[in-house]
Amino acid sequence: MADRQIMNDQDIRRALARVAHEILERNRGAEDLIVVGIHTRGVHLAQRLASNLTEFEGSEVPVADLDINLYRDDVKARMSPRIRPTRIPVDIQGKKVVLVDDVLFTGRTVRAAMDALNDFGRPQQIQLAILLDRGHRELPIRADYVGQNVPTSPDEVVQVKLVETDGIDEVAIVRVEE
Amino acid sequence: MLGLTSDTILIKGPRIIDPGRGVDEVGDILVRNGAILASGQISFDDIPEGCRVVEAAGKVASSGFIDIHCHLREPGYEYKETIAAGTRAAARGGFTSICCMPNTDPPIDNSAMVEFILQRARDEGIVRVFPIGCVTKGRKGKELSEMEELAVAGVVAFSDDGDPVEDPNLMRLALTYSSDLGLPITNHCQDRSLSRDGVMAEGRVATRLGLPGIPSAVEEAMMARDVALAELTSGRIHLAHLSTAGSVPLVKQARERGIPVTAEVCPHHLTITDEWVLGGQSARTVAGGTFAYDTLTKVYPPLRGQRDVDALVQGLADGTIDCIATDHAPHELISKLVTYQDAPSGISVLETALGSALQLVHGGHMTLNALVERMTVGPARVLGDSFDHLSTLAPGSTADIVIFDPDLEWVVDPNEFQSMGKNTPLQGATLKGQVIATMVQGRFVYEDGAVV
Amino acid sequence: MSLLNALATEAQPQVIASGGLKRRRHVLDLDDFSQHEILEVLESAEGMSEVLHRDIKKVPALRGRVVVTLFYEASTRTRMSFEEAGKILSADVINMSASGSSAEKGESLLNTGLTIQAMGVDTIVIRHPHSGAPYLLAQHLDKVGIINAGDGIHAHPTQALLDLYTVKEKLGRLEGLKVVIVGDVLHSRVARSNIWGFAKMGAQVVLCGPSTLLPLDILRPSGVPANDEPLASVQVETNLDQALEGADVVMALRLQAERQNGGFLPSMREYIRRWQVTEARLGRSNPTVMIMHPGPLNEGIEISSTLAHGGRSVIERQVTNGVAIRMALLYHLSAGGGA
Repeated sequence: MADRQIMNDQDIRRALARVAHEILERNRGAEDLIVVGIHTRGVHLAQRLASNLTEFEGSEVPVADLDINLYRDDVKARMSPRIRPTRIPVDIQGKKVVLVDDVLFTGRTVRAAMDALNDFGRPQQIQLAILLDRGHRELPIRADYVGQNVPTSPDEVVQVKLVETDGIDEVAIVRVEE
Repeated sequence: MLGLTSDTILIKGPRIIDPGRGVDEVGDILVRNGAILASGQISFDDIPEGCRVVEAAGKVASSGFIDIHCHLREPGYEYKETIAAGTRAAARGGFTSICCMPNTDPPIDNSAMVEFILQRARDEGIVRVFPIGCVTKGRKGKELSEMEELAVAGVVAFSDDGDPVEDPNLMRLALTYSSDLGLPITNHCQDRSLSRDGVMAEGRVATRLGLPGIPSAVEEAMMARDVALAELTSGRIHLAHLSTAGSVPLVKQARERGIPVTAEVCPHHLTITDEWVLGGQSARTVAGGTFAYDTLTKVYPPLRGQRDVDALVQGLADGTIDCIATDHAPHELISKLVTYQDAPSGISVLETALGSALQLVHGGHMTLNALVERMTVGPARVLGDSFDHLSTLAPGSTADIVIFDPDLEWVVDPNEFQSMGKNTPLQGATLKGQVIATMVQGRFVYEDGAVV
Repeated sequence: MSLLNALATEAQPQVIASGGLKRRRHVLDLDDFSQHEILEVLESAEGMSEVLHRDIKKVPALRGRVVVTLFYEASTRTRMSFEEAGKILSADVINMSASGSSAEKGESLLNTGLTIQAMGVDTIVIRHPHSGAPYLLAQHLDKVGIINAGDGIHAHPTQALLDLYTVKEKLGRLEGLKVVIVGDVLHSRVARSNIWGFAKMGAQVVLCGPSTLLPLDILRPSGVPANDEPLASVQVETNLDQALEGADVVMALRLQAERQNGGFLPSMREYIRRWQVTEARLGRSNPTVMIMHPGPLNEGIEISSTLAHGGRSVIERQVTNGVAIRMALLYHLSAGGGA
C-alpha cells in the first residue's frame, strides 16, 4: 500500500480558512447563510467552517447535519449503511445553504443531499464547499469552493482523516493492492 | 402372493438370535417348502444339493419382526398409503407380520371390511397382514361393534385407534364382552378434555414456541382408568404407544398386582425428544431458527422430554414394556406443509424402526437379544398363543426370517422409502443398523436393497 | 418443484453471516438477534424517528420496493404502523387480509405465500393466529424477506424492539434494569419476545400474574435449561407488590375476556384486585418507573385509566416508536436480503 499524503493538518486548516473567506466574499457577508454538513466527516468540516465564518464575520452562522443515506441512488443490495439523524435547527426556506463534504467524486452524494434539502424547504441558493475534489464526476455537479484539486485514478482510494473521528487531520491517497 | 415354495435356501453363517428358545449362536438356517428345516449348527451332509446359499456371515438372523400397530390407510386414504405399499415398506423394515389399525374409511367394523383387507393383502401384500377391528361401530365411541363377527372374520385385536374409547362404561363393556374371545383391546389413551388443542408435549419447548401443550396426564389418566377396568373385568387391555415416564410404573404396578395389561412403545419415543420440534436435529444444516416448527415431528402421542425417553428405554429394557410397535402413520407430504396446528399427526416408521431401535443396543441400554425379543416374541405374546409360530426359528415353524446388519450405517432418505409416506423427522439422519433381507414363508420378499 | 425437495432445501438461513442486520433475510423472533444487532436496529430507528418528525414525511429509500402486509388476524394498529413505515420510505405497500381473499376459498398459507412471491414482492409482513406460520413461509420462500408481525402466542419481535427502543430512549440504558411484565404471560407473544429482547440486553425480567396464566415450565422448571435460554434467567412472582419492588419498567399486558370464560380466572374482579397496575401499587418501585402497554388498552382492567394516561406512561411514545422501528427493519431487510 503506497500512501501519498496530499494534505496535512496545516494544509487543512489553511484551506478551511481560505474557503471561509471566499464564502464571505462571494456572499457579501454571512447574512442568511446556513452551513450544512453531510454525514459523516462533512459534519465536522461544516462545524469548523461555521466557526471560521462566525469568527471572521463576528455573527453566529448556524450549522446543520444532514444524513443522505435515505436518498442515495447507488445503494446496492447487501449494503445498507447506518442511518444517522438529520438535524436542521433553523428553517432553510429562502436561505443560502452551503453544503459541506470532505471529498467530491462522482457527485451522487451531493445530488442526494440536494434531494434531501428539498424536503426541508426551498433554499434561495445551494452552494457547495468541498475539502478535496478528486475528479470523475458522473453528474453535472461542480463545487463552488474547493480546498484542493487532486486528479486521481478511479481505483485509488482517498482517505480523509479528521481529529474528531480519526485522531489526526490528514488527507492521503491510498493505492489498494489487488 | 404368499405361496409355498419348494426352494431350498441355506442362510449361511449369521448370528442366530431366537429369544423364544434362548438361542444366540452363530450357525446356519436351512429353509425348505416355506418352513425351517434346521437351525443352528448344521452338518455339511444335511445340506441338500442344488440349494441356494445366502451368505450372511457377520449379519444377524432372527424371526421376522412383528408390528402390532400400523396404519395402512386403505380403504379411503389411498393417497397416503396402500396395503401394497405398506407391506413393501414393512418388508424393507424387516417386518414379516403387521397388524393394521381400522381407522380407514370406511372403518373396519364388520366382517365385509375385514374380508376386504384380507383380500387386498392376498392380492397385493407381500408380508402377512392381520386386521384389527373397531371396538365401537364406526369408531364413533357409542355402541360396541359386533366383536364376535369381527373375531370370526379374522381380526387379531380391537381398537378405535386414532381415538380413545372415551366412555369408561363402554370400555368396561367392551372388555367384558370380548373377554371370551381371547383378543386384546388396544387403547389409544388420550383424555381429550385435558389435551384440548394441544399439538406437542407441554414443557419448555412448547412454551418457547408458543404451541399449546399436551401434558403427560392426558395419557396417564386414561391408562390408570384402563388398568382399573382391566382389573374389574379381567379383560385383556393393551396400552398403545406409551410416551410418558409416568406410564412405566403404571404398567409395572398393574403387572405386580396380577392385572393382565400389556404395553407397547414406538421407536421415536425411545430415541428423539420434543427438542426436535425446534428443528435442525438431523443432518440438515441450520443457521438460526428458520427450521423450527418442523411438522414432520408432529405425532400423537407427542415427542416428549429426555426424562420420558430415559424411563421408556429402561421400561423396555427391563421388560415392563412388552414390545416395540411402529404406529407407522404415513401422510402425503403436502398435508405437512402447513402450520404446526394444522398439520396431521403421524410419522412414517416402518423403514427406520430397526435403525432407531438399535440405538438402544449401541448405547448399551439393552442387549441385541432383548431387542429382538421385543420385536418378535413380545408382540406375538400380546396377540396370543396362536402367534407363537411366527416368532420362532424352531425347526418346523414357518420360515419368516429377517437378516440384518446391526452395524451398517446409512442415511435416511425418504425418497428411497417403499412407503408412500415420506413423512419422517429422521430425514437426513444417520442410523446404524439396516435390514439386508426379509423372508416370508420361505421366500425372499426383500433383498439386495429391493423388493423382490 | 418436488415437494420433497421443498422440505429438504438447505433453506436460506436467517442470518447469512454474522454480519448483523445488513445480512439478515427475515425477522421471525428476537431469539436469533445478537446484542449487537439489536443495538444496530435501535440506532437506525433513531434516524428514522427524525424523518417521522419532519414536515414532509417522505424519503425515497425504498422507492420501487413492494411490501405486502398479509394479516390473517384482524389488526388495525400494527398493520397501519407497517403501512405507514413502508410509505414514508416510498415503498409500495399492498395490504392483504384473510377475509374476502383466496384464503377463504381454502388456499393454503404456503400457496398464498408462493403466489405473492411470484408477483415479485420484496417483503412480506405476516400476522397469523398460528405460532410458527412465518417460519413456514421463511422455509419455502427464497426470494422474499419475511417480517413476523405476530404469530399466535409465540412472538412479536417488532413490538419487543420498539419496547426496547422506548425504554432506552427514556432511561438511557437497558442493562441492569428491572423490567416487570404483568398479566396473561402464558398467551402473550409480546411477553415472549420481550423476554428475549430484554434478557439479551442485560435487563432483569420478572413475570407476574395468576399461576394459571404463567407458563408451567417456568413456574416449576424441571431439568437443566440450555445455557442460552433467556427463559431460564427470568423470575416469576405471583404477588404484584413483591414483583414491583425496585421496578424500573412495568409492562401491563392485555387481559382478554375469554380468559375468564376459559376458566383461567374466577373473575375479572379478582384479577383487578390482585394484579391491576395502579399508581398506589408503585410505591416501592423506582421513582422514575415507566409504564408501558402493547395496546390495545383495557382501561380499568390490567391498568388504571389514570396511570395509562398519566406522566409515567409512555404508551403513546411506544406507538410512535413502532413506526420508526418498522421503518428501520423494512429498510435494512430490503437492502440486505431477498432479490
